[in-house]
Amino acid sequence: MLDRTPSEPLLSVDSLTVSFRTEHGLITAVDKVSFAIRPGELVSLVGESGSGKSLTSLAVMGLITDPNAILTGSIRYKGRELVGLSRHKLQAVRGNEIAMIFQDPMSAMTPVYTIGWQIAEQLRAHRKLTKKQARTRAIELLAEMGMPSPEVQVDRYPHQLSGGMRQRAMIAMALSCDPSLLIADEPTTALDVTVQAQILRLIEQLQRNHGSAVILVTHDMGVVAEVADRVMVMYAGRIVEEGPKEPVFMHPGHPYTEGLLRSIPPMHGVRPHRLIAIPGAPPSPANRPPGCRFSPRCAYRYEPCGIDPPLFRKEQQDIACYRAEALLEPVGVQRP
Amino acid sequence: MGFILLRRLGEMLFVMAGISVLVFLIFFVTPGADPAARIAGRNASPEVLAAVRHDFGFDQPIWVQYLLLMKRLFITGDLTSFVNRGQKVIPSILEALPITFSLLLGAAVLWVVVSILIGVTAAMMRGTWVDKTLMVLGLIGVSMPVFWVGEVANLITQSRYHDTWLFSWVPALGYVPLTQDPWGWFKALVVPWITLAILYIGLYGRVLRASLVEAYQEDFIRTARAKGLSERRILIRHALRTSLVTFVSLFGLDFGALVGGGTLLVEYVFGLQGVGFLTFNAFGNLDLPMIMAAVMYASVFVVGANAVVDILYATLDPRVRTSRA
Repeated sequence: MLDRTPSEPLLSVDSLTVSFRTEHGLITAVDKVSFAIRPGELVSLVGESGSGKSLTSLAVMGLITDPNAILTGSIRYKGRELVGLSRHKLQAVRGNEIAMIFQDPMSAMTPVYTIGWQIAEQLRAHRKLTKKQARTRAIELLAEMGMPSPEVQVDRYPHQLSGGMRQRAMIAMALSCDPSLLIADEPTTALDVTVQAQILRLIEQLQRNHGSAVILVTHDMGVVAEVADRVMVMYAGRIVEEGPKEPVFMHPGHPYTEGLLRSIPPMHGVRPHRLIAIPGAPPSPANRPPGCRFSPRCAYRYEPCGIDPPLFRKEQQDIACYRAEALLEPVGVQRP
Repeated sequence: MGFILLRRLGEMLFVMAGISVLVFLIFFVTPGADPAARIAGRNASPEVLAAVRHDFGFDQPIWVQYLLLMKRLFITGDLTSFVNRGQKVIPSILEALPITFSLLLGAAVLWVVVSILIGVTAAMMRGTWVDKTLMVLGLIGVSMPVFWVGEVANLITQSRYHDTWLFSWVPALGYVPLTQDPWGWFKALVVPWITLAILYIGLYGRVLRASLVEAYQEDFIRTARAKGLSERRILIRHALRTSLVTFVSLFGLDFGALVGGGTLLVEYVFGLQGVGFLTFNAFGNLDLPMIMAAVMYASVFVVGANAVVDILYATLDPRVRTSRA
């Protein structure tokens, strides 16, 4: 095994598969996904809608409640298996050890309670605090999130706040119990561009201060470029490329990653007349092509693509593409 | 909050004034009919007719007529029935009110508690046979006509099985005032309460189940789970709490309508001389003063119940509070 992990992984996901029983048979949305998150790192999980990125993050939280969903594989948090954990034991992990923030803070907060009440509720679910102590802590947290006059905001309802302030309240709530892992599912998608940058800065800053690891789920390569340490690219239910941000951005190994990067408008220099888009559309989970799932849209397609590519290692990157194989040794699907 | 209360009160008075004008116009200014003849009732003598004309100011301008009527209804309360001579209309209504209220409050407590239990149980056990059974029972409850349920209940408790240990405690039909004999009051009303509540238990149980199922699809339930809250807390503090908004607004409408005489069928079947019963008899006799007074009082309660619900609504849903204030 190559030594890529300086410390024990905080979270290790192994062959995670999420499928759904439907009228048209079993549909696999997340297919044998494996990855590891080390303490304190900020990893970005990128992919288009339908790539299975959100389902992967919900699976880690044990939040897939659909009775028709089948979840297999292993999710180990600090060496403890989360798949199949009893509801009661899972409750002690959620919100306390692993916390999550969601895309739309408006609908993600209960409309009939003040934000202070909702933060205090989470604190009191995991810590022995009086109502008064919890409220004081809520005000501190809101202040830390950069909310102006937190002692006033604490008594406001979600609908009385702007989108950015709501997301700050949401992050304050998620961080209230000092989780070791924060999963942020498209935290900036529903916000204005200027607010997006502020929220990203905030997440980055908090990750440093609290030492929490962060999984940032997004479809936006621009967001990834902004904050991530490491990138995992998902396509059609699989991780197709993974590696530290710089090499992935400089030398994308997978044609899909390459396509994604080409579709971001350049920050400097001459603006291209048209951005280069990836031709076609991602396949629906119900009818994914055999072999490499990206092959029908891929300009580099050749014979071996009919067989599912394993992950190949190229320096620090893992790439699921035969183009990489020509130059590199295969590492298989096993990951530290 | 205080401002909303005050404003709601003002709105309430305004609506009631509007209703009173409307009632007045319908009864007094309908073209081609002599209101005096209708107030006097069937086969009234010319002397009585003349007295009525003078009494209600039919020889004076319309606004005087309106004010005179309002004075009789709400200030002096000396409207007398022209059918049952000497029967004072307002005191009769005030006598009937506690009966209707006793019937209604007991039934309301019953239907709110039971329908919450049913709605929550069904939503929690969604898709199982428990859920399906409860929903079918609810539908049966909604479809059974209330007078039929009442008659069947009477048949069982008053006649067929009255002599068995099960129903021997059921007293004869009629009302027992709470102040006289609380236990007798309770015994006399249990069967009517259940009869009136059945329909609403079915209806509210189904509505609550639907809104709970809907609430469980909401993002904030997922957040509540992500916070590590217990399922029980998620149900009560998040799902049920947000579903209550629908529940309460429905309750206000039904409660208001029932106070305003909707309890008639149950009152009639169980021999309870409440407001509904009184109005029904007045219609039968074409006792116009009685009908007018009953309609006016009913509207007071319907509007009042709605105002109470609106205030409850504002305490339940902060979004309503800010948009109105």
